[in-house]
Amino acid sequence: MERGRGEVLPERPFVRRYLLQRLFAFLPILIGVSLLVFTAIRLIPGDVITATLGTEAGMLTDAQRESLRSYYGLDRPVVEQYARWAAGAITGDLGVSTRHGKPVTELIGDRFPVTLQLALMAVTLALLVGIPLGILAAVRHNTIFDLFVRMLALAGLVMPGFLVGTLIIYLLSTVFGVLPNAGNFVRFNEDPGLNLRQMIFPAITLGFAFSASVMRMTRSSMLEVLGDDYVRTARGKGLRERRVITQHALRNALIPVVTLVGVEMGYLLGGTFIIETLFSLPGLGRLLVNAISQRDYALVQGATLFIASVFVLINLLVDLVYAAVDPRISYDR
Amino acid sequence: MTVSAPPLEIVHAHRRQPGVLRRLLKNLSGTAGLLLVIFYVGVGVLGALGATPFPPNEQHARDRLQPPSAVYVMGTDLFGRDLASRVIAGAAHSLRVAVTSVTLAGLAGTLLGVTAGFAGGRVDSLLMRLMDVFFAFPALLLALVIVTVLGPGTENAIIAIAIVYTPIFARVARAPVLAVKQMEFVMAARCIGGSSIRVLLRHVMPNTLAPLIVQISLALSWSLLTEAGLSFLGLGAIPPMSSWGVMLNEHRALAENAPWLILYPGMAIALAVLGFNLLGDGLRDVLDPRLRGRK
Repeated sequence: MERGRGEVLPERPFVRRYLLQRLFAFLPILIGVSLLVFTAIRLIPGDVITATLGTEAGMLTDAQRESLRSYYGLDRPVVEQYARWAAGAITGDLGVSTRHGKPVTELIGDRFPVTLQLALMAVTLALLVGIPLGILAAVRHNTIFDLFVRMLALAGLVMPGFLVGTLIIYLLSTVFGVLPNAGNFVRFNEDPGLNLRQMIFPAITLGFAFSASVMRMTRSSMLEVLGDDYVRTARGKGLRERRVITQHALRNALIPVVTLVGVEMGYLLGGTFIIETLFSLPGLGRLLVNAISQRDYALVQGATLFIASVFVLINLLVDLVYAAVDPRISYDR
Repeated sequence: MTVSAPPLEIVHAHRRQPGVLRRLLKNLSGTAGLLLVIFYVGVGVLGALGATPFPPNEQHARDRLQPPSAVYVMGTDLFGRDLASRVIAGAAHSLRVAVTSVTLAGLAGTLLGVTAGFAGGRVDSLLMRLMDVFFAFPALLLALVIVTVLGPGTENAIIAIAIVYTPIFARVARAPVLAVKQMEFVMAARCIGGSSIRVLLRHVMPNTLAPLIVQISLALSWSLLTEAGLSFLGLGAIPPMSSWGVMLNEHRALAENAPWLILYPGMAIALAVLGFNLLGDGLRDVLDPRLRGRK
């Protein structure tokens, strides 16, 4: 199981076959996702024009309505509508947002970096806090510290992001007299210092639940590994405890944590909707939530497809990393 | 992707596991979870029966934003509504959403999963690929898409949450079916002339029970969280409905001056979710030892 540092992985043909299989499974899922999103929007009662314009739609003449229908391509057969939309999506054309009057792709390109930064900061914080605390809790199993970590992990599990965020905002405003979301949002490339100050509390909020899962997982898999024979052997060889833990136990204990990162990415992306709304960050999640309440269907359709594709892609990447890290996985299904 | 699994604990027909409740009560987290869940359900039933100190939507114009006192145990909100009554009514609301959506998801998911696993072949791969598409969405995103189609509101939130968690139940129900359907006792049941339905119900289905029960408890906690999240975004329960998510959203701007307005609904959500989580963990330890330690 132990691999020396810098040693090249042996050629494993079945790994390559597995990777190819995963890549091929990726496409049908994307097509399925796009079909689902497309169908969902068509299931909205009434047509998109009435739904978008609301009561104003009653003032349209038949000719105006027809011309709008043909402008949005709604007079074509459904299959053709889907084909056009899917072909557009591949070339980066997701239509025009009715509320913003801008191409959906442009809006996504504008907002996605904020969400990505938020998610990356949250994951980084969660791992930086969760892994060390998880290891320490396992090493000091059944002590006060262990209990403290377990309570913290439980709190992260049961407190939804909007509650954590509301409490953080409350504490900041009453105890420290600062409002994290006051003033205009500044992007990282404009003023990195100010941007990080604006992003840190949303990231802590988003990362809190995640760090709780990381703690739980690190602690339990560390406990499992610490009882294994090879760890006893390492201790028996007379290695220092610190070296046994960092060099021997940790490597294997972290494998489940890698999977966890992938599994939890979905919660994290879902969490961005709420955190961005709570902290008024101009990210993709808030864009989508607003688009839903404003019934901006081209934007809902495009943003949903984009977020789901990113999510599928992340899962694929995690699977690939996982397959590379853990030689115990069986690749035949 | 499968990690080599430890051997299954097989449940045979006619062999009931004795005293699940007794074993659950020996388990610390199981007991704590059970007590919290009973408390939450009790409060929810009171709320559903209308047994609140004040009608939850009654406005006391003179008593706006009162801190907790003997009359208003949890204080009042901006409209002078009694927060304790609203939190109790919120328990009824969340309980109704959670139980209905998880029942729907559990029934649909189990049916799909067991059908897929038992039928095998094309039916299985078709159904499971369909489930994969649903899994391709982060849960809250899928719920949001469904709410977009159906419109906001409690009933629609229930449907959305049910659809989101159906694939999870399908996966949970399918795995044990696949595992036991090739086993000798199932073969034997077939050989002595048991019909497919009988074999399925008497011999295969009991093996899906343990993981499903654990899943139900966890799904109830997710369902609570999803409902609160949707309501918080203004896409679930519609004000003045007493939903914990709506309360937190309405009151968060007032938190600085009236912290009780977020404290009590927040605690309510956390305790209810904690209860179902602890109960789920306890049930897993008792019913499904091979899953111990996993999330």
